[in-house]
Amino acid sequence: MRLAIAFDRLRWEEKALREEAVSQGLEVSLVDAKELLFDISKKKGDGALPELVLQRCISHYRSLFLTRMLEAHGHRVVNSYGVAEVCGNKLASTIALARAGVPTPRTVVALSPETAERAAEEIGFPVVLKPFTGSWGRLISVATDMSTLRSLVELREELPNPVDHMYYVQEYVRRPPRDIRAIVAGDKIVACVHRYAAEGDWRTNVARGGTSRVFSPEKDLQEIILKAAVAVGGGVLGVDAMESETGGYVVHEVNNTVEFKGAQSAVDWSIAKKIVEYVVDGVKRTS
Amino acid sequence: MEARCTDCDASVPIPSDALVGEIVSCKECGAEYEVAELRPGAATLKPAEQVEEDWGE
Repeated sequence: MRLAIAFDRLRWEEKALREEAVSQGLEVSLVDAKELLFDISKKKGDGALPELVLQRCISHYRSLFLTRMLEAHGHRVVNSYGVAEVCGNKLASTIALARAGVPTPRTVVALSPETAERAAEEIGFPVVLKPFTGSWGRLISVATDMSTLRSLVELREELPNPVDHMYYVQEYVRRPPRDIRAIVAGDKIVACVHRYAAEGDWRTNVARGGTSRVFSPEKDLQEIILKAAVAVGGGVLGVDAMESETGGYVVHEVNNTVEFKGAQSAVDWSIAKKIVEYVVDGVKRTS
Repeated sequence: MEARCTDCDASVPIPSDALVGEIVSCKECGAEYEVAELRPGAATLKPAEQVEEDWGE
């Protein structure tokens, strides 16, 4: 079986996935998305890429466009365009989670700076402002009061991208100083870790220096994690959840190009192995 | 294996198991490079892309 791993910045994860796929006997190529060209007026590609592609681009839009073109040319891509589109846009993922009945923090979207204030009042301070696209906790801010919110909105209004002039306003979930990262492949939770924020930061992202400790999720949490994965379309995913001090578990994000270096440091089995097995099994199931 | 940093001219070490596309950085100034080409005992580097707003997981 041939597999291409598409990337635009070769991280530890892509190397681990390649190594694992090779050890499982696959013919693997690492394909730099920045080097590719697609004639999208044709129904098929030139045959240079294998049918099966594991999408691992770090740029959301590059990943989205590449997956769209690969699928148009008949490739099977993990994760699919539909999944990437939902996960890469916080508005779409919150809608998907809420519609599926997955507990998620209360979120109000405002399409103007004026209504951003109303959204915050509606939820009640403190509130969290998040960009619609992006990851690693980047540009996420907490507004403790109206004055802070107005300052944040004023700053956002200066940004050139019109998407930054709309506001995803979320309740601030009171939680222990940790959150939950579950790596899901299909209908299995491959690893589940608590992520602890680095000293001086409230964000738990490993990209921000957070550290991971493995734990076994209880049945309720397992159900929520798997339901969240199904809600966004399924595949290889990173489901992020929090333990709300008032309302049980809430899922706040699902990542479609999950980084697992942090989680791997906390477990003694290979996460890459489980991911590759899922990808290969998917082909076998449908062939 | 090593290459020269185009910013500060220091040595940029390239791991022996490096792959094309891998990111390496200058130990002196921190400039990041992407391995563009590998030949026996030598590597060609190009400046790595900088973090964009849509980068992430």
